[in-house]
Amino acid sequence: MKTLSSSLCSARSIAGTPPSASSRRSAARVLSLVAVLLTGGLAFAQPAAPSAPEPAAAAPAADAVGADGAAPAADAAATPAEGATAVAPAPAPAPPAGKAWYDLEAAKPHNTEGTYWLPKPVNRVASDSDMMFYSVLAMSFFFFFAITIAVIYFVVRYRHRPGRKPEPSAAHNDALEITWTVIPTIICVFLFWFGWRAYVHVATPPLKAVEVQVLAYRWGWNFTHSNGVQDADLHVPVNTPVRLVMTAKDVLHSFFVPVLRTKQDLVPRRYTYMWFEATKPGTYRLYCTEYCGRDHSQMKVKFVVHTPGGYERYLADKAALSSNMPPLELGKMLYEKKGCNACHSLDGSPRVGPSFKGTFGGDVPLSDGSSIKMDENYIRTSILNPLSQSRPGFPPSMPSFEGQLKDKEIEGLIEFIKSLK
Amino acid sequence: MATQQDASGKEPNFYEVKRGISSWLYTLDHKRIGLMYLFGIFAALLLGGAFALMVRIELFEPGKTIVGQDAYNQLFTLHGAVMVFLVIVPGIPAALGNMVMPIQLGAPDVAFPKLNMASFYLWCSGALLMLLSIARGAIDTGWTFYTPYSLGSATSVLPALMGVFLLGFSSIFTGLNFLVTVHKFRPQGMGWFQLPLNVWALYATAIVQVLATPVLGITVLLLFVENFMHIGIFDPQLGGDPVLFQHFFWFYSHPAVYIMIIPAMGVISELISTFSRKPVFGYRFIAYSSISLALLSFLVWGHHLFVSGQSRLATMVFSALTFTVGIPSAIKVFNWVATLYKGDIRLQTPMLYALSFVLLFTIGGLTGLFLGILAVDVHLHDTYFVVAHFHYVMMGSTLVAFLGGMHYWWPKIIGRMYPERLGQLCAAGVFFGFNLTFLPQFVMGARGMPRRYWDYDPEFKIFHQLSTVGAVVLGVSIFVQGIYFLWAAKNGARANDNPWGSSTLEWQAPTPPTLYNFTTPPELRELYNYDHFEERGELDWVYADPKNSDDAAEEPASSGH
Repeated sequence: MKTLSSSLCSARSIAGTPPSASSRRSAARVLSLVAVLLTGGLAFAQPAAPSAPEPAAAAPAADAVGADGAAPAADAAATPAEGATAVAPAPAPAPPAGKAWYDLEAAKPHNTEGTYWLPKPVNRVASDSDMMFYSVLAMSFFFFFAITIAVIYFVVRYRHRPGRKPEPSAAHNDALEITWTVIPTIICVFLFWFGWRAYVHVATPPLKAVEVQVLAYRWGWNFTHSNGVQDADLHVPVNTPVRLVMTAKDVLHSFFVPVLRTKQDLVPRRYTYMWFEATKPGTYRLYCTEYCGRDHSQMKVKFVVHTPGGYERYLADKAALSSNMPPLELGKMLYEKKGCNACHSLDGSPRVGPSFKGTFGGDVPLSDGSSIKMDENYIRTSILNPLSQSRPGFPPSMPSFEGQLKDKEIEGLIEFIKSLK
Repeated sequence: MATQQDASGKEPNFYEVKRGISSWLYTLDHKRIGLMYLFGIFAALLLGGAFALMVRIELFEPGKTIVGQDAYNQLFTLHGAVMVFLVIVPGIPAALGNMVMPIQLGAPDVAFPKLNMASFYLWCSGALLMLLSIARGAIDTGWTFYTPYSLGSATSVLPALMGVFLLGFSSIFTGLNFLVTVHKFRPQGMGWFQLPLNVWALYATAIVQVLATPVLGITVLLLFVENFMHIGIFDPQLGGDPVLFQHFFWFYSHPAVYIMIIPAMGVISELISTFSRKPVFGYRFIAYSSISLALLSFLVWGHHLFVSGQSRLATMVFSALTFTVGIPSAIKVFNWVATLYKGDIRLQTPMLYALSFVLLFTIGGLTGLFLGILAVDVHLHDTYFVVAHFHYVMMGSTLVAFLGGMHYWWPKIIGRMYPERLGQLCAAGVFFGFNLTFLPQFVMGARGMPRRYWDYDPEFKIFHQLSTVGAVVLGVSIFVQGIYFLWAAKNGARANDNPWGSSTLEWQAPTPPTLYNFTTPPELRELYNYDHFEERGELDWVYADPKNSDDAAEEPASSGH
């Protein structure tokens, strides 16, 4: 700090200082500026170096399992990681009986392969997007360094020294200025054209595609497949076009899977669409990227691309499971998959909504001052028309699940809440 | 003009003309109003900066570091709302522009001094409503107030909306005032192409302020009505269209980006010319590019909605239009760099800010290209890449230009110098801290880190930590400036009339200026011509009139390029 401050010496006391001292000072001044500019440039350049260490890409392999453990869907079900993704740090415990193979698949540490700049793409239509990204990156480096070098050169070459006067030069030069107007214009036309061409592919789904209905709510996802199977994680087949028909329940959300290189907002009471064709089986991140309130940053689930045949097996096994499940287990599963757990705890602690623990059978106070017995009918009404009997001390923010739960599923949830003594 | 003179026979400066708190509260003097703006804006800057630092510190570790989710959402909302509406939009026009622009025109004041005062008090009322909203349970909607979230938020959205409404009118009044001032208060002989580039930039800004800001007022009013009367304008549950709100909002807020950046470009043009002792290269291209930026800024709002569900056709058209704003921006950068060529470059504090601006604005502009390209934007939209990009433009460019302008005009307005070495050190701190804060955000954004996240995945940790360290360096550098400006106002060395050897008219005024700015009418000389300035001593330049010298052939008032 001391050297920096002394080297950043003032430029104001030029006139009258002896030439030798002042030339030393001005040299120090120039050096300090070069240092300022170069370090800025290096800070920009460093990320581009292909051999640069990739702390963030390497580090999470060890952390990922631990982080997943915190996610409600993954509990303790860390499994040995496979393939190139990561090495699991500890031997995994035997999967609990209730965990299906596809949930274990979703609980795997996610794939973090990629370059310094971008995660490895797994969308067939994304190669154009990445090509554009790297081209513009190269062009940006070229212009940035050209401008930086010009600035540094001029500042060093034409720095003030005692007795120096600015040299006469033209105040404008039409040919030069027209040149540097036309060149950016041409570049911009090309960038627009190729960006638009690539976007057309990303935005136009093929006629034949597997369709998945997507519902986003605060703060979770519900993916409904063609045979009625619902899940909080998105499971898709590999090498098959998948089209998403999406809407939101409450506020705006946005569907973002970085490895797919695409993104689409979900708007309440309106459908929006996107499509992709995943090329590599694996487990990836799926985020919400439109700010939606308190647990916006927790609204992340898994995007699972199955190996050939895996998706069909997933649909069949999952459908069989929910039709044969005992009500209690069905309710427990729905508690997690429908996102009840975002607002209602099982341990007695209040979150956005009251905890489920030990409430069944007692009297609960209502916002209008009365109280009501917590029985099967209370729970059913609370699921289908929650605002009709909201509780004091909690915001009236629970959405209705009317039309989204079958009677059997509501009964399952009731059994589950009953079981929480 | 004031005629009373003090004992020494000198006309009192604008501080001495009247004293006492009421002389400030009722003042119509553009310099006093500008100074009060400056004080308020700097206070708001420190407040918004404190919010930013708390956001960055919270993100130092994944999960909870210092605050929970709700508080975090309030912090980033307040940071955005305070910085945009209270600091950057009024920053250069209302504070620096008010103090300097009339003097640059050789005028005694702005065209409508009372409107100017009204504009300041509207700013104060808006700021108070913002503070009220903070006290009553700060908003958590994001500074963009997106519907339907802002319709259902339990926090105090309405006072904040009223605040934004009033701040909008403050901005409109300032713009209107400046437009009329530039048209009507130019001295005889000062044509449009003898206007300093700072005045050109403020003029272009004023066009945008007057034309775009009413849309913000209408939008806020509609949101207000929707909140109270549930008509179904934006609320999808009532048949409204939440995306319509985004169109309305960005129809103002995209031009607002140019309300923020164009005046910064004007300041930088002055600084680079003065400290290179060279005329600005391609004056006309820079002037025209300010105007074309102002006009194009109205045509590109849809690029904020590429993934919102707007039609594909609209998306294509807005992408094409978005690239057009890149062209005038590129021209300006090339012209500034060319101005350095064969100059006599002095690295005083304002110049350090100007050079920082050129580099940071280049990065901000180039990363804008990524976001204009449709196929790339759908990946980068709403990630930290966008956050980094607009901070390079809003903060790395506008705020850096604001600080550069503060240092440049401070001696003229206050009459005292700031500590030069400390100034240079802080300028370096701002440059380093800023890059350390925001360069890592480009990388994590491209890798998929969504914005407005309280928690994040472990692979992003190193970038967040670098960013937080940078933010602390940046915050300290700016805070120290606040301290030394206050110190310098009392204890700095007395400033001379023209400490930088600048050619524009404000440097012919006494330091500090008198009530009506000039004691003798300023002499029109060739703009940005430094040939006849002589350095009489440290930070003291005089104009050696060629008429009085042996070589009397030259005509000093002749103009043109």
